[in-house]
Amino acid sequence: MYEHDVIVVGAGGAGLRAAIAAQEAGADVAMVSKLHPVRSHTGAAEGGINAALRDADSWEDHAYDTMKGSDYLGDAPAVEALCRESPEEVIRLEHWGMPFSREDDGRVSQRPFGGLSFPRTTYAGAETGHQMLHTMYEQVVKRGITVYDEWHVMDLAVTDEDDPADRTCHGVVGYDIQTGEVSGFRATDGVILATGGMGQVFDHTTNAVANTGDGVAMAYRAGVPMEDMEFIQFHPTTLPSTGVLISEGVRGEGGILYNSEGERFMFEHGYANNDGELASRDVVSRAELTEVNEGRGIEDEYVHLDMRHLGEERILDRLENILHLAEDFEGADGLTEPMPVKPGQHYAMGGIETNEHGETVIDGLYAAGECACASVHGANRLGGNALPELIVFGKRAGRHAAGEDMGEAEIETGRSGEWEPADYEFEVEVGETGGRGPAAADGGAVATDADGVLAAAVDRAQERVETLLARSGRNHAEIRSKVQKTMTANVNVFREEPGLKETLGDLREAREEYQDVAVSDPSRTFNTDLIHTMETRNILDIAEALTMGALARREFRGAHWRKENQIRDDENWLKHTLVSWNDGEPELWYKPVILEGENKEYEPKNRSY
Amino acid sequence: MSTQIPQQTDESSETETEPEAASKGEERRAEKRRRAAEERERRQAEEAEKAAADEETVELKVFRYDPEIEGKQEPRFDTFHVPFTKGMTVLDALMYSRDTYDSSLTFRHSCRQAVCGSDAMFVNGGQKLACKTQIADLEQPVRVEPLPHADVRKDLVVDMEHFYEQMEAVEPYFQTNEYPDGELEEQRQTRENREKVKMSTRCIWCSACMSSCNIAAGDNDYLGPAAINKAYRFAMDEREGEEIKQKRLEIIEQEHGVWRCQTQFSCTEVCPKDIPLTEHIQELKREAVKNNLKFW
Repeated sequence: MYEHDVIVVGAGGAGLRAAIAAQEAGADVAMVSKLHPVRSHTGAAEGGINAALRDADSWEDHAYDTMKGSDYLGDAPAVEALCRESPEEVIRLEHWGMPFSREDDGRVSQRPFGGLSFPRTTYAGAETGHQMLHTMYEQVVKRGITVYDEWHVMDLAVTDEDDPADRTCHGVVGYDIQTGEVSGFRATDGVILATGGMGQVFDHTTNAVANTGDGVAMAYRAGVPMEDMEFIQFHPTTLPSTGVLISEGVRGEGGILYNSEGERFMFEHGYANNDGELASRDVVSRAELTEVNEGRGIEDEYVHLDMRHLGEERILDRLENILHLAEDFEGADGLTEPMPVKPGQHYAMGGIETNEHGETVIDGLYAAGECACASVHGANRLGGNALPELIVFGKRAGRHAAGEDMGEAEIETGRSGEWEPADYEFEVEVGETGGRGPAAADGGAVATDADGVLAAAVDRAQERVETLLARSGRNHAEIRSKVQKTMTANVNVFREEPGLKETLGDLREAREEYQDVAVSDPSRTFNTDLIHTMETRNILDIAEALTMGALARREFRGAHWRKENQIRDDENWLKHTLVSWNDGEPELWYKPVILEGENKEYEPKNRSY
Repeated sequence: MSTQIPQQTDESSETETEPEAASKGEERRAEKRRRAAEERERRQAEEAEKAAADEETVELKVFRYDPEIEGKQEPRFDTFHVPFTKGMTVLDALMYSRDTYDSSLTFRHSCRQAVCGSDAMFVNGGQKLACKTQIADLEQPVRVEPLPHADVRKDLVVDMEHFYEQMEAVEPYFQTNEYPDGELEEQRQTRENREKVKMSTRCIWCSACMSSCNIAAGDNDYLGPAAINKAYRFAMDEREGEEIKQKRLEIIEQEHGVWRCQTQFSCTEVCPKDIPLTEHIQELKREAVKNNLKFW
């Protein structure tokens, strides 16, 4: 068993920042990650970090833009924390040596991004995430923070009281990928989940193969609600054959979208008469697919993104990485021809329900970054708002877990505040297949003392490993592929009731098939077959909760579009979706959104760009 | 162990031997392994047949080794036939082989877009990132091996610890004695200086350079191209100031530092991010000489 004050699960942007913050606040902190930190997917972020740094800009404007971008489903206390603290966090990165792009006077450059009223996106070429990830890992090395890399976290060690709000998290169970050892990691002060995205729920995604939503699924099964899972961002510019991301920075610098007729459709077909290509991401993705569906796509699949007119010098200075990506992964030369692009799954706005300090409803359990939902992005995230979320909420969670007094949070978690049950009957069974699990399912334990809870969780995890290795059965890869295909077919940019129902049925089948899953590689050394098999369980749980939320929400808000209800319905749906695992019988419920900021109320307005 | 083994022609699947006094669980496992091996053979035979009929198939010869699995303790090469699709990379072909024929085929990979640095391998005799190496550009059969000059853990996975240690030996973090006043005040950096360090900051820690370097192969203490490049990234950054630069030059001038480099350019050739590693090492040598003359 290993023991530390604070355990951070995941070592991307949010995890690294949380670990640094917890250590600065005096905690003995360790990071546990299935990848070495520099392999984390924060490194693939390209465009930039929004921060109101200049006198002509203000954090209040950034908050206004973010709230509008969220289609009024962001919670004001979280949105305002993000925008208020992003400038100091960006400068801190600069002080840690991050190589930002620069202006002639030597100051950090900023560029326009979609949905922003001021060019406030700071960046390092088109490789901002890479530079941010490495800069923060350098600080972790400098501080000598312990990193258990290539340890896959299988489960949380959580007590088993009936009400999740009474439960406590005492640590995590890790599986050492290199040796096959299962071990407990006791956290005396707190566990911070920073496991990133869940793009592997879909089959055309900008996300890494490792982005399987492990933290979200673990927290869910331990009793923390998943919030707003139906809100998935489909990025408008991904390469058709691989899903590799082409940064919004291309459009920020002046790149233009054309259909097969050579029309600049964002204007010519009236999708966004003011902002054109720089409308919010959900707007541009729907516009592209509408063009394709109406027969104006190229090869019936994609549209063109043209940046040739920017000139070689500007492209090389600010977007060089894009040239390499288009060349290596699509065989297109961005200097001499337009690049093919189509929408691809990119980001989960929803995730583990937290307040603005990163606390979940379970005592001692925190979440930050893409896996968390505070919520700052609501129904749609603005470009350039993911990276500041990592550093602002990573820092906040780290400090709070280390015991710093941050005052009372305004956002309530769990059912401590106002809430209502969902009025929706699902036609297929959801949740645990076969026998229902004990309280807290995978996360529960009969013991009540911390060490006992952890030991019981370790035993269960060990048992699971042995079972998967010993028995014969189905390979997880078929099941995973089935989930990805049905999600991409029906829970995509455009959603219709029959398709969503079909997917829920497919997921049920996949869950039943998963009952017979087995690992054919018997090795204890670097058994990736075993890791992927465990990840597929997480993918299943997330896909189901996501589809449940999408079926029940009969309105069009932000990234969530419903054919049957194509208008935003503030009267009935200005509220967050929550799904509780409820010991294997998932329950859907709602809580109000907080539009009351520190000094102002964010009045829902018509969202046009 | 080293990856430099004679090529094997035997491509039979694992042969399992029953351990003595096997417990029930072990028996079950052995039985399961036998069945899995049969299934694998069957599928591979089918694909080989298809391959004969259809030219649009890629033949991969992949290095296999597992220290604890009988039949894999002696390194061998397995052959996989993968249906070719336009734009297919070596990583795509490996993933197809794993998900279709043999789920125990093991390799590191994550981002699929040449930024996480997980999947550097030895492909047809050269260090490559599997995810950005097009099958169409390679001669067949495509031979895929773990990186040379590193200990093999299993199949295509090598031990990265030594590489990480060397990276961390150069104080790989920003240092300065002077920050601007005011919490919201950034340090200034000229565009030229940012441009100067730009290429060096692109390193993704894939260790292809270290694997290709003859000097690193012979001198385990040699910092190696990636770590020296990391030192360059900071030494050339004007924000750190002269005093820190002195310290950095001392680190890279040590016995196993820049002077070991014999400018063979193999690191520069294999770098998937096109970092001019050899030039950076040479420039640090010049800086070190200039620096020493200053005190002379």
